[in-house]
Amino acid sequence: MVELLVNCAAMLAGLAFLLALYRFFKGPSAADRVVAFDVLTIIAITAIVLVALTERRAIYLDVALIYALLSFLGVIVVARYLERGL
Amino acid sequence: MIALFASLLLFWLLLNGSPAGDVVMVGVAASLSIAFLFRDGLAIFAEWRPRALATTVRYFFFFLKELIKANLNVAKIVLAPSLPLTPGFVKVRTRLKSRMGRLLLANSITLTPGTLTVDMDGEWLYIHWVSVDSAEIAAATAAIVTGFEEYLEVMYG
Amino acid sequence: MDSVLGLLGGLFLIAGAAFLLLGGLGLVRMPDVFNRIQAGTKATTLGTLFGLAGAACLQPDWALKLMLIGLFILFTNPISSQVLARAAHRSHAEKSALTAVDRLEDDQGA
Repeated sequence: MVELLVNCAAMLAGLAFLLALYRFFKGPSAADRVVAFDVLTIIAITAIVLVALTERRAIYLDVALIYALLSFLGVIVVARYLERGL
Repeated sequence: MIALFASLLLFWLLLNGSPAGDVVMVGVAASLSIAFLFRDGLAIFAEWRPRALATTVRYFFFFLKELIKANLNVAKIVLAPSLPLTPGFVKVRTRLKSRMGRLLLANSITLTPGTLTVDMDGEWLYIHWVSVDSAEIAAATAAIVTGFEEYLEVMYG
Repeated sequence: MDSVLGLLGGLFLIAGAAFLLLGGLGLVRMPDVFNRIQAGTKATTLGTLFGLAGAACLQPDWALKLMLIGLFILFTNPISSQVLARAAHRSHAEKSALTAVDRLEDDQGA
């Protein structure tokens, strides 16, 4: 039962990922793409946690944390760039 | 500096999830050196008032409630076939003086029903609002800011 | 593994994933970049928090680290959406025709 729920959650997250991916490719502006990228990384964090659950390996949680950290910095840098160039 | 040291050490211990001797030693050494290096730079974390602990806890639950309300609100808009939007940028004013207080206020506004902080200029905040009820400064402030301000004023001033 | 806590965790995971989906849907449906930021970041933040809570129910010994991830996301997500919104506004991103007022542009023009 729990396995099934975890799999359903993974499927819903995958669907969300596809929707965000659509916006990422469609744009139209650079800001739209960055928003889509931000959402993609947040979904990816949940996905990593789901993988950690099915594999039962806590080490993946560190991956999720570092990923959250780096994507945050990435989005900030790109946003600064959009504002006035590096 | 002590507050910074304590929060760094706490973060380290949570990250490792084990109170083993060598882990704690490395954590103490690293937190101490960072706290020493940044003894002036990160004062923003020291603005919190410890006596406001109870308010902080109540603020946390108030915030969670608002966050869930925000999402049901967004869900209603996104799922409606007609997309009922009247978006706009409004200007509001805060009474908060401290940097940390303003930071938390801006963050809270961003995560709550239909509002998103776009820019800040001293005591003025510019908010993108999904459904503008009133573009007047006083009315918009009452609708968006006042709920959080009551808590944050006690916590940070 | 089929305990009450396990089922609760599974339901939390489903709720979280549903909010993620909602965020994705908002991202596609909303008319301009500001509304997309609103829909995208709010729904996914709560979705991730629910997901982390669900994982904590399924693996209680991970709870501390999951809480750390959750706090980090709760603190940084609004900051990045704010910075993004400001960047979009300053780089004159297109606004939806529905936009009623823009006090920020009014003040900058003055």
